[in-house]
Amino acid sequence: MKRVKVLVAKPGLDGHDRGAKVVAMALRDAGMEVIYTGLRQSADEVVKAALQEDVDIIGLSILSGAHMRICEKVLNLMKEKGIDEKPVFVGGIIPAEDALELKKMGILEVFGPGTPLKAIVDSIKGAVDK
Amino acid sequence: MSERLFYANQLAISRTLTRIENDRSVAREIIGSLEERDYHVVGITGSPGAGKSTLTDRLALLSSKEKRTAIIAIDPSSPFTGGAFLGDRIRMKSSTKSEEIFVRSMASRGKVGGLSPSIYDAVEFLGRSGFDRVFVETVGAGQSETDIENLADVVLLVLAPGLGDDVQTMKAGIMEIGDIFAVNKMDLPGASQLATRTGAILEMSGRELPIILTNSINGQGVEELHNLIEKALGELDISGAIEEKRRRRTLYNNLNSVYQIIKEDFSENAKLEELMNYLLENRRLSDES
Repeated sequence: MKRVKVLVAKPGLDGHDRGAKVVAMALRDAGMEVIYTGLRQSADEVVKAALQEDVDIIGLSILSGAHMRICEKVLNLMKEKGIDEKPVFVGGIIPAEDALELKKMGILEVFGPGTPLKAIVDSIKGAVDK
Repeated sequence: MSERLFYANQLAISRTLTRIENDRSVAREIIGSLEERDYHVVGITGSPGAGKSTLTDRLALLSSKEKRTAIIAIDPSSPFTGGAFLGDRIRMKSSTKSEEIFVRSMASRGKVGGLSPSIYDAVEFLGRSGFDRVFVETVGAGQSETDIENLADVVLLVLAPGLGDDVQTMKAGIMEIGDIFAVNKMDLPGASQLATRTGAILEMSGRELPIILTNSINGQGVEELHNLIEKALGELDISGAIEEKRRRRTLYNNLNSVYQIIKEDFSENAKLEELMNYLLENRRLSDES
């Protein structure tokens, strides 16, 4: 029996995990298996969790403003470890021009405040089905 | 691939575990292709919030100094949506950082009893891939999640104060399993009373088992607990009782497979009725004889 596995991670130093938890619960309620890492993870730890858990997709919640640097690090490490086929989406306070840059970098989708949970669920389902 | 190499390749282990989790017959094939190997399984069970994950984290770290160590941590799947929130990694700060320890979360996927349908195969695979110690943390166990007894060589039951009076410790089920008892959160009021009461209850049922006070946050008592586990495993090896444990693990693995086959493949099959009638008929005959 196959189930969609999602890693919801909080890389970086901001301590606000309400958004990540709300998204994690919504994915759980959509029938997915969600692995939540907890706060203040390094890029290393996030990639390691994704590798050991063999998730289908990775979500990063970043509210610290350090999204460019963190995403770059995570994507590079994923490549290094041989798991760069896994799609990555980002949620948080991300300026529109940065969101564009992130997508160019290889981030699948960027979800800002106010995104309906259903949009996130549908986007993940779409990405995993591919 | 040689066993040693496989152990070192976390990516290969991880991807193979996914295949094992998703397909039972693939699991059998993979396990069959690896040579049998001796390893030990330590089960950790207890109420939700008793401190199982934090304690497992510390025990695994101690174990990893001498043995190749893996953890499988199980959390419940929703019976309504099939979804799951797997939060054990949050508490496993040392093990998830360590390069030596492999940590994997698993959802219970409709299995009651505190484990998950593919747990036996997953554990056997890790053992055959080169791990010497596999820690299995069950879902937060209430009163009747006792399946870990069939899977693990040594079961650690984690208790914490504040969850009821001694009537709770007299009930059948979870208090009947466990080879070692840890009363965690020893800094909270009621911890030493709980240890004393648990000892008294165990004595009444003729089981004199080690009970130890621990604090999984600051590590108090954990090294002693680690030594107790090692000692228990060592005694199983010396007495040869470990062979019986392994035989039982294989038996329950097969039983679990049969159950899953019936549930998944035969639930709408006419043959199931035939099989059930056969079993019921045999049961009647053996009862009469």
